[in-house]
Amino acid sequence: MLELRQVHTHYGRIEALKGITLDVRKGEIVTIIGANGAGKTTLLMTICGNPRASAGRILFEGEDITRLPTYEIVRRGISQAPEGRRIFPRMTVLENLQMGAVPNGERYFAEDVEKVFSLFPRLEERMHQRGGTLSGGEQQMLCIGRALMARPKMLLLDEPSLGLAPMLVQQIFRSIVEINRTQGLTILLVEQNAYQALRIAHRGYVLATGSVVMEGEGRELLASPEIRAAYLEGGH
Amino acid sequence: MYYFLQQLINGLTLGAMYGLIAIGYSMVYGIIGMINFAHGEIYMIGAFISIISFLLLGVLGITWVPLALLLVLILAMIFTATYGWAVERLAYRPLRGSFRLAPLISAIGMSIFLQNYVQILQGANVKPLPPQVTGGYVLGTDGGFTVQISNIQIIIMLLTVVLMVIFSTIIAKTPLGRAQRACEQDLGMAALCGVNVDRTISLTFVMGAALAAVAGLMATLYYGVIDFFIGFLAGIKAFTAAVLGGIGSIPGAMLGGLLLGLVEAFWSGYFTTEYKDVAAFGILVIVLIFLPTGLLGKPEIEKV
Repeated sequence: MLELRQVHTHYGRIEALKGITLDVRKGEIVTIIGANGAGKTTLLMTICGNPRASAGRILFEGEDITRLPTYEIVRRGISQAPEGRRIFPRMTVLENLQMGAVPNGERYFAEDVEKVFSLFPRLEERMHQRGGTLSGGEQQMLCIGRALMARPKMLLLDEPSLGLAPMLVQQIFRSIVEINRTQGLTILLVEQNAYQALRIAHRGYVLATGSVVMEGEGRELLASPEIRAAYLEGGH
Repeated sequence: MYYFLQQLINGLTLGAMYGLIAIGYSMVYGIIGMINFAHGEIYMIGAFISIISFLLLGVLGITWVPLALLLVLILAMIFTATYGWAVERLAYRPLRGSFRLAPLISAIGMSIFLQNYVQILQGANVKPLPPQVTGGYVLGTDGGFTVQISNIQIIIMLLTVVLMVIFSTIIAKTPLGRAQRACEQDLGMAALCGVNVDRTISLTFVMGAALAAVAGLMATLYYGVIDFFIGFLAGIKAFTAAVLGGIGSIPGAMLGGLLLGLVEAFWSGYFTTEYKDVAAFGILVIVLIFLPTGLLGKPEIEKV
């Protein structure tokens, strides 16, 4: 569904991605794990066209989206719940969800809002509150909910567990699996919490300083000694 | 007391015009964080388009004042908005993502260009427009002093109120307004939601320019004379108003405009006309020192 072929990304002179090749197939949960600064966030943002890949090709459903502007990529069916959640702080929860629905306008709004509320009932209680006043966990729910409002074919999740209490992390991961199973939504998940991510993922890629250093099935990577040593040490 | 009332009326009229221009500064600053120093020139162009439209309508024989006013209003808004759009497209968009000062320098260049462009095309002479709207109401007489409100003052205030209601509704309720607020809060995230950011920014310039055009039309009707240089002072005054109200805030821009208009009117009325600009810019200095976020501005602190 999504294919990256030798994708390079630069920030000025710094090369953040050094020729990434990866595939995500329809209906899969694929995770990208790696240390801080490995290029995980850059990879997700490059898929969305900001920053643009300086070399290589990104194909989505066979179409080359490497040069498309961000909003066109989003309208093709790729939604992102980005790093830091980036909730619009001075908009209400409902308005944040309306922003997520921009590609479809009002068409499915009522129906989709119900779906998001049944997935995250907390958001319904907070409907008219400003995004900036929500707790971290609620913001994360809103962030994922907002991405779902676009009716994406593929969801990019950047560190959904960051800064959340363990209970909430469990809940968020359960929701991710539920979205994948019930709606058949393809998910590309970036995580530092490698253990949790690999447990729910079909396949995974390990990123280190801008390159893919290992790939395989989730279970396989979870069992691998190198992964255990490098990313799961002091584990869970 | 009557004298006070008269200054109040004059101040609100002036303030309404400042406020309409100030909104353009504030909206643009809110969305892309730059001061559009060419905005005063957009107002000046609005005034010129108004005067030209009046002359053309006169030639066409449309002289019934309400109809002429409405047509001039529409023409001025459309053509001035086109200028606003073009300025953004030519002078600012190519510099997006460049260093912070670049669009500012470009804006100053655009401002100088537009002044000279109008001067060459229209000449440097002052352009008069015979009074289109005459008459008014006497509100009271006290000894030798009469308090008056002219019809043009009533029109200016009413039109400002109507436009404020329309614009506030657009910003608060429509998808375009929501997209504008989203861009103002997080440009990159708005794009990730599928907002066409470039188009939203263009439309912000268009809206700001349309309001400046209305102010230009008002000034033409109110003062009866314009020239190619009126945009400079009006632009800086409106910028002061935007800062006073809290730059980035639209109600703030209107409030700042009204306060500035009142200060100028009362200063002129009770002290001296000569130093009214000193009073206005004195406010800018005081606000920048003691209240950098303005009256309704929000501090740049977000909960993470």
